[in-house]
Amino acid sequence: MLPTKPETYKNKPTIFSRSFRTAAWLGWQIESNWTDPFLFAIYSIIKPLAGAAILVVMYSIITNGDFADPIFTYIYLGNAFYLYVGAVMSGISWAVLDDREHYKTLKYMYIAPINVPTYLIGRGVAKFLVGSISVFITIIFGVLFLHVDVDLATINWPLFFSSLAVGVVMLAMMGLILAGISLLIVNHVWFIGDAVAGALFLFSGAIFPLETLPVWLQPIGYIIPISYWLELLRRSLVGSVAAAFPTFENLSNLQLMGILIGLTILFAIIARFLFRYCEHVAQERGLIDMVTNY
Amino acid sequence: MSKDPNSISQVLPSQYGAQGPTDRRLHKNAGWRLYLQTVVARAYPRIIGQQREKSWLFFDILLPLLSVCAYVFVYQAIDAPEDYIGFVVIGGAMTAFWMNVLWSMSSQLYWEKEQGNLALFIMTPTWMMAILLGMALGGLLATTLRALAIIILGSLFFHVQYAVSSFAQLFAVFILTMVSLYGLGMMSASLYLLLSREAWHISNLAQEPIYLFSGFYFPIKNFGFWISAAASFIPLTLGLDAMRQLVFESGPSLGFLSVRVEIILLLILCVVFLFTARQMLAHMEKLAIREGRLTENRR
Repeated sequence: MLPTKPETYKNKPTIFSRSFRTAAWLGWQIESNWTDPFLFAIYSIIKPLAGAAILVVMYSIITNGDFADPIFTYIYLGNAFYLYVGAVMSGISWAVLDDREHYKTLKYMYIAPINVPTYLIGRGVAKFLVGSISVFITIIFGVLFLHVDVDLATINWPLFFSSLAVGVVMLAMMGLILAGISLLIVNHVWFIGDAVAGALFLFSGAIFPLETLPVWLQPIGYIIPISYWLELLRRSLVGSVAAAFPTFENLSNLQLMGILIGLTILFAIIARFLFRYCEHVAQERGLIDMVTNY
Repeated sequence: MSKDPNSISQVLPSQYGAQGPTDRRLHKNAGWRLYLQTVVARAYPRIIGQQREKSWLFFDILLPLLSVCAYVFVYQAIDAPEDYIGFVVIGGAMTAFWMNVLWSMSSQLYWEKEQGNLALFIMTPTWMMAILLGMALGGLLATTLRALAIIILGSLFFHVQYAVSSFAQLFAVFILTMVSLYGLGMMSASLYLLLSREAWHISNLAQEPIYLFSGFYFPIKNFGFWISAAASFIPLTLGLDAMRQLVFESGPSLGFLSVRVEIILLLILCVVFLFTARQMLAHMEKLAIREGRLTENRR
């Protein structure tokens, strides 16, 4: 007769939850414990506010400070929520380079009883949390000082939270794709997550309507899930501003959500297979403990 | 005698001549020759490294170029004058230099410490200043290629019209901006000698705020005199302002100070930063040795 598993073993967390929780805790320590909490808070606020201020100044110079125009709210909110893109994608993909080249622990992760993709997603949690604070403060700053037209009473909260949740999962899957690619590339000055986020800034209609792009580039915007995600967030927060721009006027909220969920599933499938493939190539070529800081 | 072909007694006579190592001295450079040799030696990996790893073409040119395009489209969406598009292209190209100074100059000694090379640098019988200069020259050459590619592609894509009023002044402004900028990088590199994990975060923090206050994407004049003056501590602020005045038709009307004044200020910044870098490097090196931070690895 086979021995029964002890009660404590049955209650042990699965490899996925264990990997995720431990990685999230580790990520938070790495992100935050290099300084005292006050300095960390200042650091977390200055960077996103400065990024938003660049756009505010650009807009202000050209329009002589006409912040009441719907395009300003469009730009400001798009830019604020786009902070999540850089945070989540780079949080996950950077963990590969950080562990491989800085801490030199990636090889140990591969021999530890964890699920590596889950571990990497967990490492992105800290940046997601810091990103959330940045998004919140940027929007509050805009509402208080720059006439960004967000009214708490008119916000479609269910749409907002459901879009946000699906969007974060979608970004995590994109981050995992980049993490796979990071296994095969050297350590660049431009961090791949930030760099790709910067590139997608162009095509996602984050800071200008997609109609501004040349006609031959616009289709790229329509296959990027971030475009649909940002539209849903704008519609949930300020419906009138979203309605002022014709990009997705023919699509209802439900249709937009359906497209976003569909693309998220597609990216999840790509992430799963691509990460496996990159991991295999990295192991074959002996890149798991590569150090390339030239 | 050992039969092993790699044994030292077999190898040395052929390298040092038939009489062996004790009879013939190795030629060693000293003085300015050693200084130059060090500069070239440290610049070498910066230049050769990018030839061996071609992925920088994608990460350092295409992706920054797409970010530049995004800012251009913002200006187009709000009907900005044509010259502003050129401002963004030039500013976007200059971000390559700021990134290089930040991550490959200022933080470099921190990276070297992390890699375990810093102690080797210090004990090598040469000048740390020459090592930093090599880093700067190698980085400058490699980054100039990237910046040029961004300018050429951005200009072609957006049909940017240039109206250069003085090539001589433009050349002078560029050279002075680079010398003072890399001088600033050398100066801050010595400060980073004392830093540990916070070095990464400080460099990370010095991106967007500097893009904002140095006017990478808009004329700095709009900030008013005192903020612009304070921002002029970063050489790229004055350099970018002067370059825009020299290459765009509307540039002079949007300039912060006259080009002549900006050239003089850049010249002063060059002297101040290079001199301070030399002094600080010597001081910080002693301090780091005294406090035992050269091999410290607080992760």
